Amino acid sequence: MIPTWVQLAYLVAAVCFIVALKGLSSPRTARQGNVIGAVGALLAVVVVFWETDLDHVVAILAAIAVGAVGGVVGAQRVQMTQMPQLVALFNGVGGGAAALVALVELDELSQIASVADVAEFDLAATAFTVLVGSVSFAGSLVTFGKLQELLPTKPIVFPGLPVAFGGSFLVALGLSVLLVLDPALWPGIAIGALGLAVGAMLVLPVGGADVPIVISLLNAFTGLTVAAGGYVLGNTLLVVAGTLVGASGTFLTRLMAAAMGRSLMNTLFGALKGGSTLGATEASDRPVRSSGPEDVAIKLGYAQRVLIVPGYGLAVAQAQHALRELVDVLGERGVQVDYAIHPVAGRMPGHMNVLLAEAQVPYEQLKEMDEINDQFKDTDVVLVVGANDVVNPAARTTEGAPIYGMPILNADRAEEVVFMKRSMGPGFAGIENELMFVDSTTMLFGDAKENMSKLVNAVKTL
Amino acid sequence: MDESIVWLTIFVLSVFVGVEVISKVSATLHTPLMSGANAIHGVILVGAMLVTGTTESTIALIVGLVAVVLATLNLVGGFVVTDRMLQMFGRRKPSAPAADQGSAGAGKGASA
Repeated sequence: MIPTWVQLAYLVAAVCFIVALKGLSSPRTARQGNVIGAVGALLAVVVVFWETDLDHVVAILAAIAVGAVGGVVGAQRVQMTQMPQLVALFNGVGGGAAALVALVELDELSQIASVADVAEFDLAATAFTVLVGSVSFAGSLVTFGKLQELLPTKPIVFPGLPVAFGGSFLVALGLSVLLVLDPALWPGIAIGALGLAVGAMLVLPVGGADVPIVISLLNAFTGLTVAAGGYVLGNTLLVVAGTLVGASGTFLTRLMAAAMGRSLMNTLFGALKGGSTLGATEASDRPVRSSGPEDVAIKLGYAQRVLIVPGYGLAVAQAQHALRELVDVLGERGVQVDYAIHPVAGRMPGHMNVLLAEAQVPYEQLKEMDEINDQFKDTDVVLVVGANDVVNPAARTTEGAPIYGMPILNADRAEEVVFMKRSMGPGFAGIENELMFVDSTTMLFGDAKENMSKLVNAVKTL
Repeated sequence: MDESIVWLTIFVLSVFVGVEVISKVSATLHTPLMSGANAIHGVILVGAMLVTGTTESTIALIVGLVAVVLATLNLVGGFVVTDRMLQMFGRRKPSAPAADQGSAGAGKGASA
């Protein structure tokens, strides 16, 4: 039996997590909220060391030290552009940890099962933890591979994938039933292995643009895994914390999917139906109007209203500081400039805000899509920097396109559009953008950072 | 009251709390929120410590220690990376020079 004061400490930690989530949902309190969450976790860990008569304390402390150093170094070193894959990775290892915990616990349970009967629901929860934990682990690793572009960002589908996916899942369910009836370690290990296959096959067919939704979904999965693991161990803190993350993660996933105009089912299984694979990956050779930085500087410098549409390419080129400088210079000339931020600009919802905040762009200049979309028609020049899919009119017109139905920024309704791009290559979703071929559009090819500096200098000399 | 009903109650109430506390989040904070929630489930570390510290078999000990490492990565890394993201939102004024961590600042020579 766990002592009462330990239970109370768990309760305090659980409250810390609730306050943390609450804090994280408002800009003013977010950082504080995160710290409160960390304090709650620290409290829980310290109490466990204090309360329980643990063996192997030195080994456990060493393992914690290894994980902590790895976590801090990884989190400090990562470039902000690569942060989504780091979050995916951290999520995956969390799921993996939960699955391993359940396997160790199953080993113990199966040994005592012959003498005392273990509650069937405990065994079902164990099977769930192993299965979903390994799905989350493998799925997150594949997500990491896609975002890091170690794997193709296009949906990967091979013949028989739906059968293999469904088959693995059903066999894993069958083994789970077997596990409940006759507790033993081997079905647990087999469930874990099948879970890895299911997780990989779940994420492989997801197109690059939808990967953020999948990270959020797998995050919710890991939360539920931790909750189930907590039930197996009879630990209220794990149940509460895991359920909180599972519920809020599921809700957040739906918010994100709604922001992209996608249903969750379509995100996950669209490619299997053959819908999501449409689109060229080759750069188009259709004629476009391109021009140099000097001409673009004139357009911008003599405009009254300019909107900037930043995308992931901006951050990859590390051009956000130069962009802020350009906006400052234009502002000094009396041009009214704002940033139009698509909810999924970057690689994750809100990612672009983080990237621009890093470049010290004032929060007030960042306009969300709903707020700014009506103003495009009164805008002289829209400067699209390293973005593509979020202004692609195919989302409105081309049924069957991977991004069809996604709300987009109305850049096509502005007087003029300038695209700053490296090449004519398609966006993350792998489809061509008609907006580049209309008469009111000008292309400015080259490295975004270099061109941005040239633009700044050219505007200064106007 | 039956013990399983207590667990069910905790679970159901936590679901509602989880949804309720984040229901008003702005899109700006989706990424840090996801990252913070991600860190919170790293508390599986507690479970990993408990099973590792009470096992007698060597293989289970090794597996448990791997779980401890992974869970700590999730927990510590998650909170640190979330803090780094949120730190960006904090600095408004360009008073501090844009000294990015690591190599990001190295190429920034163009600023006047």
